[in-house]
Amino acid sequence: MVCKRKRKIFSPIYLTLVLIILYLPILMVVIYSFNSGRTIGAWQGFTTGWYTRLFHNALMADALKNSLILAVLSAGFAGVIGTLGAIGLAHHRLRASGFIESLATLPMMIPELVLGMAYLALFTAVGVKLGMGALIATHTTFCVPYVFINVKSRLIGMDPAIEEAARDLGASPMRVLRDITLPLIMPSVISGMMLAVAMSLDDVVISFFVTSAETTTLPLKVYTGLRSGGTPEINALSTLMLAAIFIFVALSQLLRARSDRKLYASK
Amino acid sequence: MEEVLLSLRHISKNFGEGDVLSDVSIDVHKGEFVTLLGASGCGKTTTLRIVSGLETPDAGEVILNGQDMTGWPPERRPVNTVFQSYALFPHMNVEKNVAYGLKVRGVDKCAQAARVAEMLELVQMSEYAKRMPAQLSGGQRQRIAIARALAPQPQLLLLDEPLGALDLQLRRQMQIELKRLQKKLGITFIYITHDQEEAINMSDRIAVMRGGRFEQLGTPEEIYDHPATRYVAQFIGRSTLLEGTVRSVDDSLAVIGNENGRFTVDSAHANLRPGERCEICVRTERMRAGRAPVGGFDLPATVRETRYAGGSVLTYAVLADGTEVVAEGEERMSDAPQAGETVYMHWNPAQASVIGGASHGA
Amino acid sequence: MARKNGLRAGEVRRSALFTLPMALLAVLLVALPLIYVLGTSLVESGQSFSFGAAFTLDNYRRLLRADYLMVFLGSLKLAFLTTLVSLLVGYPFAYCMARAGRKLKSLLMMLVIIPFWTSALVRIYGWKILLQANGPVNAVLRGLGLIEKNIKFLGSYGSVLLAMVYCMISFMILPCHSAVDKLDLTLVEAARDLGSKPWRAFLDVTLPLTMPGILAGCVLVFVPSVGMFYLSDIMGGGLVLVGNLIRDQLLKVRDWNTGSAMSMVLIVITAGIYLIYRRSGGDDLGVF
Repeated sequence: MVCKRKRKIFSPIYLTLVLIILYLPILMVVIYSFNSGRTIGAWQGFTTGWYTRLFHNALMADALKNSLILAVLSAGFAGVIGTLGAIGLAHHRLRASGFIESLATLPMMIPELVLGMAYLALFTAVGVKLGMGALIATHTTFCVPYVFINVKSRLIGMDPAIEEAARDLGASPMRVLRDITLPLIMPSVISGMMLAVAMSLDDVVISFFVTSAETTTLPLKVYTGLRSGGTPEINALSTLMLAAIFIFVALSQLLRARSDRKLYASK
Repeated sequence: MEEVLLSLRHISKNFGEGDVLSDVSIDVHKGEFVTLLGASGCGKTTTLRIVSGLETPDAGEVILNGQDMTGWPPERRPVNTVFQSYALFPHMNVEKNVAYGLKVRGVDKCAQAARVAEMLELVQMSEYAKRMPAQLSGGQRQRIAIARALAPQPQLLLLDEPLGALDLQLRRQMQIELKRLQKKLGITFIYITHDQEEAINMSDRIAVMRGGRFEQLGTPEEIYDHPATRYVAQFIGRSTLLEGTVRSVDDSLAVIGNENGRFTVDSAHANLRPGERCEICVRTERMRAGRAPVGGFDLPATVRETRYAGGSVLTYAVLADGTEVVAEGEERMSDAPQAGETVYMHWNPAQASVIGGASHGA
Repeated sequence: MARKNGLRAGEVRRSALFTLPMALLAVLLVALPLIYVLGTSLVESGQSFSFGAAFTLDNYRRLLRADYLMVFLGSLKLAFLTTLVSLLVGYPFAYCMARAGRKLKSLLMMLVIIPFWTSALVRIYGWKILLQANGPVNAVLRGLGLIEKNIKFLGSYGSVLLAMVYCMISFMILPCHSAVDKLDLTLVEAARDLGSKPWRAFLDVTLPLTMPGILAGCVLVFVPSVGMFYLSDIMGGGLVLVGNLIRDQLLKVRDWNTGSAMSMVLIVITAGIYLIYRRSGGDDLGVF
């Protein structure tokens, strides 16, 4: 059983190593946000000064506000649209279902750059005003697939007899939706929406194209900051963004795990 | 006969790949326990779903208490189903599951609670009222599914292989309980199974289904003793089928001969005439292998092997043309014929039947 | 017969109603913009797309320049290398992860997913800090006495590849993990029982049976890698990829028509890979 022992040693070492490499850069961003030097260069001492500066920066506050509004609204819209779409398409009752599904999830497959430029070109041509409205519309579009796929896979995994049983016991189709389907898919809806919030808070490329001069978002601030070399203030900002995204993703994962445990226990 | 509760008239259903059901008709009486028996894909579940309203037939009528409810959605039908997968609502506890059918009908809270308690009592699950379905064993879920379906006081309970997921011992126990429950409540059951033993033990009548049609509809005794078709004879119980030509008929005993020899069968049901071809079915437990021919029989066979089957001995033998026959005897292994020995097959003529005999004669 | 369809028609109507908002969104904000880009790529340089416009393939012909072709080839090469390295690093990781205990597995899953959802921009920035001339990596190497002068990592092809792999590897790990996780371990045991050495059992059983996961991972890594653009900007070194080329066409040269043509080529490459993948029996690539 030499091989068994070998794997027992190899496996944890390899897993740890890759995870360290995965997290080290993220850690660096966080650590260097406390660097007292003016550039991201060598470590010069600990300070929380960059955070203080950040909080007193009105432009930053504005960017934060915009990002949050954008993330919450687009995730909300995507939640409703994606969930309804998943319910409508889950059982392939419509002839065009395959087509609609591919089209709606296409934003996941094509490069963001292409989508971003397409939006800019179309919006300018049609006369759609750039800025918050355009941001919300486009973010909703690329958030829908996350909710849709999440919810649809839950719907497909669900025993169809559960909904039928409710009909059989006397519930109308709408009642079944309210009493049975929605409560059962709710964890997927919420975890999908949380991913959507994370995606929206994270997006640079599409926002870059459809925003206006007056409307800026946190990732855009980070991007412009980085292109000009990067400062500890940008690190501080990135750290805050990381924290926000970590929380959202962790919550979404926990929620999903918990509901899975509750509904599919006793294995 | 008693009052007819449900009639299916000329029901056909096609899902686009050939008929799943073709021209199925049946009358189910009040308080009756009817089983649809068949292999998977024979259309039994579709029949059930058409009764519950989860499927609509392409043609034909579903009539309950004299009222045509073919086009009604499931929620309007006074019919409830126990699903094969139980289909308990995973996000509701036992109590809420059982109460659901009452809740959607707007029954008031007090009456709901009383009925739920009564139902849980009935299936002996009272102490589990607050449990979630995921915390229950298979047998317990089964009981809750039954309680939930009975709670709205359906006129007809449909059960789709309700015991299919349980292990053999629990299955046997639940068979007895279910039958007892049905008798006690006097509710009409339509029960689906692919287990012939289950069907025979529980049912008042059995419909053997095959390829979307009823192959035979009758009491368990009729189905077992007088199979209408080859398929029924082979699907239910173990038996040997023998074909031959009627040589003579005398006092409702028909002597039939073929290249293997000569045998006798009771033709009271079949109305056979000399010269006619027919096929007969002999149940294995009624087939005997003797060391000498018995009157009316001359059916020699060569023993292949004998096997002890717990309480009896099975003799596997082949007839002259290679047809395999199995006989059951009460001998001990030491008395059983040896491989290679010649034995003479025989049976009590009254216990063998002519296939299709009943319809033949009628 | 009208009765027969009554129930189903209601269901279909409800499904259609529910799907409507998503269908509208898909048409207005996915199909329409892409059609517009296609249109723009087909009209003469400097003109915007309208139905009356004269169509031309000039914009596409213009792409046939040797330097543009080199950029496309370079992007494909980088995407290929990214896929290869991701596979070599990610598959063993996914394998070990799938063979870990239940509790540990869900923890690992979470640890892999979290960076997957965090900003690529920020994570790449982390590498920049790590690899900069007076940064931690150089400091450690110097401390160990392995090097005397700081190495200039940033801007090298290796650093771009590293950043690419770093951004994409989760896409490889997740499908590979679910493939290994689904694999019935008794099959491997059966192979061992029949006399295979562990390595042989891996090649004969595990690898072929997890191939769908591997293929899915490769497509999921390769496709976005081709279109990646801001990575090489941040890592420096002036490596020009298709993405950079398109961005420069739009923002520097302001030639939207050529930019659109480039985008269309990129979409065709992406869609082509995906279609080949699906045609060869690949699984649906959703969220895992």
